Amino acid sequence: MIKRIKIGAGSCGIAAGAGEILDIFKKSFSPYEVVEVGCIGHCYAEPLVEVETDSGSVFYGNVKADEKSINNILALGVEGRFIPAQSRTSKELLKVTALAGRIDPVSIEEYELNGGYLALKKALSMESSAVVEDVKKSGLRGRGGAGFPTGLKWSFLAAKQSDRKFLICNADEGDPGAFMDRSMMESVPHQVLEGMLIGVHATGATEIFIYCRAEYPLALKNLKIAASQIEKKGYDMINGRKINIMIKEGAGAFVCGEETAMINSLEGKRGTPRFRPPFPTDSGYKGYPSLINNVETFANIPVLINEGGESYALIGTQGSKGTKLFALAGDIKNPGLVEVPMGITIGEIVYDLGGAEKGSVKAVQIGGPSGGCIPEDKFDISVDYDSLRSLGAIMGSGGLIAVGKNRCMVETARYFLDFTAKESCGKCTFCRVGTKRMLETLELITKGKGTLEHVEFLEDIGPKIIKGSLCGLGQSAPNPVISTLRFFKHEYLEHVTDKKCSALICNALVELKIDKDKCIKCKLCIKACPVNAISDDFIVNNSLCTRCNSCIEVCPKDAVGRIPAGGAK
Amino acid sequence: MSGLNEVLGSIEKESSFLIKALQSVQHHEGFISDESILKIADHFSIPSAEVEGVVSFYAQFKRTKPGKYVIAVCDGTACHIKGSTLIENWVSDALKIKNGETDETGTFSLELVACLGCCSLAPVMSVNGRVYGKLDRKELLKILKKYQKGEV
Repeated sequence: MIKRIKIGAGSCGIAAGAGEILDIFKKSFSPYEVVEVGCIGHCYAEPLVEVETDSGSVFYGNVKADEKSINNILALGVEGRFIPAQSRTSKELLKVTALAGRIDPVSIEEYELNGGYLALKKALSMESSAVVEDVKKSGLRGRGGAGFPTGLKWSFLAAKQSDRKFLICNADEGDPGAFMDRSMMESVPHQVLEGMLIGVHATGATEIFIYCRAEYPLALKNLKIAASQIEKKGYDMINGRKINIMIKEGAGAFVCGEETAMINSLEGKRGTPRFRPPFPTDSGYKGYPSLINNVETFANIPVLINEGGESYALIGTQGSKGTKLFALAGDIKNPGLVEVPMGITIGEIVYDLGGAEKGSVKAVQIGGPSGGCIPEDKFDISVDYDSLRSLGAIMGSGGLIAVGKNRCMVETARYFLDFTAKESCGKCTFCRVGTKRMLETLELITKGKGTLEHVEFLEDIGPKIIKGSLCGLGQSAPNPVISTLRFFKHEYLEHVTDKKCSALICNALVELKIDKDKCIKCKLCIKACPVNAISDDFIVNNSLCTRCNSCIEVCPKDAVGRIPAGGAK
Repeated sequence: MSGLNEVLGSIEKESSFLIKALQSVQHHEGFISDESILKIADHFSIPSAEVEGVVSFYAQFKRTKPGKYVIAVCDGTACHIKGSTLIENWVSDALKIKNGETDETGTFSLELVACLGCCSLAPVMSVNGRVYGKLDRKELLKILKKYQKGEV
């Protein structure tokens, strides 16, 4: 017997077509309640539909937006059923995301029915100092990147005497390739807010800010609904004081993820970082003591309080406790959001959870533009703050991109420097000019105009930028270059000495060629070429060709291919 | 400009609301014009240069009028790895506009953005906020054609 139907309608789900499926369900006059839920993490199977029945749930993946598929689902047909691979489910540990995608994100009642706000009640029954102690005992470290112990940070704010104290949630998930925070805010906004309200009690904060990037409209919407529900239910009354919850939209500046830059932005100013000290817990928003934690950190708090700090600390490694969310993407079969215990290996994440074929991935990029790469031969490294740092990578916020064998590491490094050079706020000379010089040098190398001196220059300037920059952006901007130079120097050398890009990615080092034996003279390539670079006898004029790959895409016989330029081997 | 007064009228005059004011004005007008900057400066009683400074700092704020359809090609890490540069090229070729440009008829604008957060569907782009994933050239041209014909 069907109880109700849930459609995964997070941003990913909607992009995959959840909206159309919802429309068909509505038109089908099915008697069952259809609810839009967030993300269960199996993004590769979107659009996903879950049918709740008396005897448990049945999932359908890659659902097509047509009546036939919907009728099949309503009849609980066997076709298209989705069962996650055991290799993934056996390695995952769903604690923080236990409710994500399982409940209606904007129903406070459903959150309560599933244990929501019990942690807040428990915390309120404890002395605030005992809550801080519990967070300390749990060993929870900031999930935004740097990994500062959360309990310690909370104790700094708790110790401050001030008539106004601010608790700020960093929801400015600017790392390209990361979507953990978006998913949490869309799927379980109440859990994030509950974590913050517990923080209010523990630290004596008087006001709450959530700084969320404007590119996340659904997250903003769900947070706003959740905040108004909290107000109606009175959960915002903490120790006799009504806590104001303010949700602010970012305006598209990566540097605002840095806490002092975020404070400037909250004050309506340009988001440039400030000198530290004073630290925000001494002087933050408008000079008042302020504490900034990231979305995932706050989402951990209810879990931690419910089970107690000591029990929470049973999972993980010596220095890194609990679970971590990763946004898994790139060259893998099953991209999505995964929650794993600290101490799992990169290899397990890439192969068992991501479903990548052994040998198909040459590295992972972890920590986005502030992080580094980890080569395949180091995939047995434990995922924890300290081990990753020892390899020149960082935990970061949790973006984890698998880089396939057919990608170019030099081009990938150039990509990150292009990003940081654009996002540098310009305050520190080393960051502003240094990232630009690094980018120009990388551009020369990828264009085949690089020399050995250029490679040496990159090795020399990286550490100087790190030393000469005020905030995390500049201090980590050279990491992708330093780390690819450490593990993939041979690719740099190949570009500068042999003028060759083995991955056939760097356009200036690549030519296009039509294989006469495979070609069936259908002329689709000639029609598709935007610059008329293909002659009537199917020869590519490589001086006209822009390497846009249009001909490769349209060729029905795979007769067009990229080859090394100038006869390089 | 009467609409602008209304938009600003609902916003507190305290300077921490400057970004909020700019967002509301852009939402209303589609971009931030010179007149808007003067009005906003007036609203908060701050120099217009300070407003301009904030506008130029944040990527969200546009100083020119965008097209009816704003195409945002995602160039986040996952999309970049999966060939977002090609997607950008194909849009450029099909619509004859480059990154940051609007076509002559004011129909399409093209911008390259950092990350839309739909990495598992890479490569993706959005048109006026609607996200399209798992793009290849064929799919992309089909989508563009739909907008050109006004079928969306």
